[in-house]
Amino acid sequence: MARITAGVTTSHVPAVGAAVDMGRTEEPYWKPMFEGYEFSKKWMADHTPDVAIIVYNDHASYFGMEIMPTFAMGIADSFAICDEGYGPRPVPVVEGAPELATHLAASLILDDFDMTVLNVLEVDHGLTVPMSLMFGTPDQWPTKVIPLPVNVVMYPQPSGERCLSLGKAIRRAVQQFDEDLDVQIWGTGGMSHQIQGARAGLINLPWDIQFMDDLINQPEVLQYKPHLEYMIEAGSEGVELIMWLIMRGALGDQVDEVYRFNHVPASNTSVGHLILTPKEI
Amino acid sequence: MTKPDFHQFDDIPGTTIFTMEKAREGFALNQFCMSLRKAENRERFLADNRAYLDEWDMTEEQKQAVIDRDFQAMLDHGGNVYFLSKIFASEGLSYVQAVSTMTDMNVEQYQAMMLAGGRNVEGWRSKKERGEA
Ligand SMILES: [Fe+2]
Repeated sequence: MARITAGVTTSHVPAVGAAVDMGRTEEPYWKPMFEGYEFSKKWMADHTPDVAIIVYNDHASYFGMEIMPTFAMGIADSFAICDEGYGPRPVPVVEGAPELATHLAASLILDDFDMTVLNVLEVDHGLTVPMSLMFGTPDQWPTKVIPLPVNVVMYPQPSGERCLSLGKAIRRAVQQFDEDLDVQIWGTGGMSHQIQGARAGLINLPWDIQFMDDLINQPEVLQYKPHLEYMIEAGSEGVELIMWLIMRGALGDQVDEVYRFNHVPASNTSVGHLILTPKEI
Repeated sequence: MTKPDFHQFDDIPGTTIFTMEKAREGFALNQFCMSLRKAENRERFLADNRAYLDEWDMTEEQKQAVIDRDFQAMLDHGGNVYFLSKIFASEGLSYVQAVSTMTDMNVEQYQAMMLAGGRNVEGWRSKKERGEA
C-alpha cells in the first residue's frame, strides 16, 4: 500500500532559483536563507520519498490565458523545464510517476474533484525551486514527481475549504494505491509578499507565523479564511498560501512538527518552510 | 452559494487584484507577454517594440503602457504581474528592479526597505483608512 509519510511546505521565490543556478548561495545576502534549509536537505537525504506530489502554481510560464485550470495534475512520464523569459533553469528534467498520477487523477475525479488532466506540462520555478532547496544540485532528481498546479493567479482562486478537502481526498486515494510507495506531499508558495502596485514589498511576518501555527494545530480554522484576508494581510501574491492547505489536508488530523524556518527577505518575499509528519501513517 | 464579488478588493491601497473580469480586459496584453517566452520573439520585440506590439490585438493604451514600461498602467488595463514579468525578463531585469518602479521609491530605497523587513501592513490595509477613497 502507498502511504503519505511527510509534508513539506516552502516558498518558491524565483530569485532563490537564480541564486542556486549562478552559484551565489554563499553570498552574504543569500547565506542566512540557504542555511535555513541545511537541516532539510540532510533530513530529506534520510527520508527521500519514492514520489513527491508537488502542489504549486504556474506563473504564466506554461499556462497562458487561453486555459486556466483550477486544479490540474501532471500524469506524464517526465516534465521539461519552462523558459520563463531568462532561458530555462539549468536543472534536471523532472521525472513523473505516471501510474500513481493516473490513479490519483482518476480517484479524485470520481471523488468529485474535477481535475484537469495534463499529459504534457512544462514546470516552472514554482515546482523546481522547492526541489533545489530540498535536494541541492544533483545531476538527476532523487524522487519522482506528480505536479499539481493550482490557479492562485486569477480571482476566484479555489476556496480554502476546497483546498483542505482536496488534500484529504489525496490522502484517501494514495492509501488505495496497491504499490508499496513512500509518498510526500509538498505545498509551495507564499508566505506574505506583494509584487505589484504602490503597496509592493508588503511583508507580514506575525501573520505568517500565526498561519504556520494554525496550519499545524487547527487547519479547520484556516479553511474559512477568505481570499480577501490573504490579499490584505499577506499581500496580493500571499494568497498562494492556500496551496499549503492542500498539503495539510493530506497529512490527516494530527501532525508532528519536524522543522520550521522563517526568513525575511528573499527578493520581495517572506520565506517560510515547514516539515511535518503525520501522527498516523 | 457565494455570489462572486470582483470589487471586494477595491479598497486595498496600491493593489490591483487580477480578477476574471480584469483577465478578460487584459487577454491580448497578457498573451503578448506569453509570446516573449520564446527567445526569437524577445529579440524581435526588443528590436522594435511598436512593430511587434502592432501584431497584437491590444488597445492603444495597453501598447503605450508597454512601450513606456509603465507597469502600473499595464495592471490598470488588465495585465498581471506574472505575465508582465516576461517584458522585464526579456531585458534582464529582476522582479525587485521592475516592481520597485510601481512604488514611490527608487530601487535602492526599495531594496533597503526589503532588507529592513519589508513594507509594514499597518496603514496599508484600507484606502478609506488612508483617506484615499
Ligand atoms: Fe509563486
